[in-house]
Amino acid sequence: MSHDRGKLEAIFDRYSRQPESLIAVLQDIQKEYRYLPGPALLETAEALKVPLSKVFSVSTFYNAFSLTPKGETVVRICVGTTCHIRGAKVIQQQIENMLGIKAGETTPDMKFTIEVVACVGACAMAPVVAVNDQFHGGVTVAGLKRLVKKV
Amino acid sequence: MMHIESPKQLAEYRKKCVAEESKYTRKVLVCCGPGCLANGSQKISDEFKRILSSKKIKGFSIEALRDTGCHGYCEQGPLVIIEPDGTFYTHVKVKDVAEIIDETIAGKKVIERLLYCDPDTAKKIEKYSDIPFYSHQTRIAFRNLGRVSQCDINQYIAIGGYQALAKTLADMTPEQVIKEVSASGLRGRGGAGFHAGKKWATCAGIQEKPHYVICNGDEGDPGAFMDRAIMEGDPHSVIEGMIICSYAVGSNQGYIYVREEYPLAVVNLQKAIEQARELGLLGENILGSDHSFDIHVSRGGGAFVCGESSALMKSVAGEVGEPRAKYIRSVVKGLFDKPTVLNNVESLANIPVIIDKGGEWFSKIGTSTSTGTKAFSLVGKVNNSGLIEVPMGTTLREIVYDIGGGIRDGRPFKAVQTGGPSGGCLPESKLDLQVDFDTLTKAGSMMGSGGMIIMDDRTCMVDVAKYFLSFLVDESCGKCVPCREGLYQLHAMTVAVSEGRATEADIEKMEKLSDMIVIGSLCGLGKSGPNPFLSTVMYFRDEYLEHIRNKRCPAGVCRALIQYTINEKCNGCMACITACAHHAITGKKKEPHFINQELCDKCGACYAVCQHDAITIT
Repeated sequence: MSHDRGKLEAIFDRYSRQPESLIAVLQDIQKEYRYLPGPALLETAEALKVPLSKVFSVSTFYNAFSLTPKGETVVRICVGTTCHIRGAKVIQQQIENMLGIKAGETTPDMKFTIEVVACVGACAMAPVVAVNDQFHGGVTVAGLKRLVKKV
Repeated sequence: MMHIESPKQLAEYRKKCVAEESKYTRKVLVCCGPGCLANGSQKISDEFKRILSSKKIKGFSIEALRDTGCHGYCEQGPLVIIEPDGTFYTHVKVKDVAEIIDETIAGKKVIERLLYCDPDTAKKIEKYSDIPFYSHQTRIAFRNLGRVSQCDINQYIAIGGYQALAKTLADMTPEQVIKEVSASGLRGRGGAGFHAGKKWATCAGIQEKPHYVICNGDEGDPGAFMDRAIMEGDPHSVIEGMIICSYAVGSNQGYIYVREEYPLAVVNLQKAIEQARELGLLGENILGSDHSFDIHVSRGGGAFVCGESSALMKSVAGEVGEPRAKYIRSVVKGLFDKPTVLNNVESLANIPVIIDKGGEWFSKIGTSTSTGTKAFSLVGKVNNSGLIEVPMGTTLREIVYDIGGGIRDGRPFKAVQTGGPSGGCLPESKLDLQVDFDTLTKAGSMMGSGGMIIMDDRTCMVDVAKYFLSFLVDESCGKCVPCREGLYQLHAMTVAVSEGRATEADIEKMEKLSDMIVIGSLCGLGKSGPNPFLSTVMYFRDEYLEHIRNKRCPAGVCRALIQYTINEKCNGCMACITACAHHAITGKKKEPHFINQELCDKCGACYAVCQHDAITIT
């Protein structure tokens, strides 16, 4: 992490350093750095006056947070019920093969991260793959190559 | 924007909004709901804007172009609707936009090609109200979806928005509001079905202050997206419902808890809250009354358990979302240990209508114990996927066949899954059941928040149970042992069944274990956790036994028990060879291919790409 105190201070101030805004603060840090860097957790604990243990426990409890850096492009494969029965597993395996990593991992060049998510709420278009929050519905194995190429 | 100081001023303001709206006789509504967005409707809207901003059309201005909330018929999306005729265009592409502008908007001619085609009669239907998918529905919670821009308070006011709030503050006491909500019989749409009026009355009766109002927008059930559509497409309905609730229970601070996966809902709700504040509908002394109320949007962190009330309240307070035992209910000791009313998005969206038309009117819709309507996301292997809203008491058959248009590709119906991970699967013999809180629970499933996933013969019930259990194992917060360890074991045993390693005695063990998890767990997640197994083993026991006795998966899903082979229909197109990541398929172009079973990983990629029905699963 490029240690940028100013950015962190701005985030803390946005929420008036309220202890109950811990989740919101961590969400903004995650957005800024694409993960939660260790030093940022220490500073959060100090700024919000909450124990570091609590910051750590919240950071590891919620799926939205990651303690390891994520890639520039995050490919989120929806594995909700509808996507599951409409073949999300095959899609997941194909994407994993194409990028050479498993779900939850990041490519060594830090370009791609694959995530699975338990439902993005676009079930009518299942199976759904979201690339950096851009949704793609009705994904097929045959159409995947085009999708990944576009990315 | 003006600051509205009284109900009378709101009425005057409304007149202006209505006058403004009536300027636009013709409107173009581009659906930007969850389904259409996933299909690229934003690009279509942008294309409309691009062309219309440089082109003058008589009798039409660009202000009449609207990005609306979900219209429901996601299967046919992206949708574009031209009002006032109700012309309904389906599967619209960016390249169709210029033609729609020239032909339909400027020329008032209908483009046949883009109309909905009834699969039964093969006839084109022009108006959406004539399409069977819509004609069987009654829309209350979804009343504004698809009619107005997603976040425009003036349009909302023009079609009657915030009138119920004005009526509440001007003419009703908090007791009268609670009486009206109680008379409506409204039960919690989040799944538990608790009477909203009762909850409000309990909270209002507690002396200790402050009281809080929370809207539960943590729509965690995979397969459900009704609340997402409401929060994104009609946020003002939810906000109005919350303000009315706050007045009834004497609260000055509200929270909307939105799940992490719905970033657009957060943006739209925040925009709508800002608009309401500017007009003075949120904040100090709303409409000149003594009542003050404001709302804060709280983003979730991606944890399913946070849909549970006590976990949700912990999460709003910035803590780990672990539920607590509810000897004392959250309405008594909730957020920050203060009395808290928690209602679901859909419940709150119903409130303005209940106040407007009266509790009695609402109570006459639906059944005697489950009043009103219920929104469902009708998805899975059904022809017409989308969001629907029907009166309580509608049968599953009507939903699946009359609205849903039956099963895809003409395959047989196998099961309908309701209630998310806590619910269950109902077989064909239960299709004539009425959909309401009590009937579904009695049948071994539950209403849940409204996900309705239709399954055909290609869906394996053991796999479905395994899927939900694996989801619950991931999402269990780990606080209590029966849920954390029990579900883990139950999942492991389901995996054993799916791999043909289980014995018949294991089924009994699983049933016993399930009973213990139900009795011993702390919160709803654990208590209802074994449901996916219990309901599938109750209605599809034979399928479990087929896996155990004959090591066969009849639906062709469980990998350890199936084999992919290539049949005589293969024309040697090479598609499967390209798709196979394990190099298990060999063959030359235009010659039949062959799958090497040693190398085959059974991922199903070949089956998914084959256009010639040449892959057999045995």
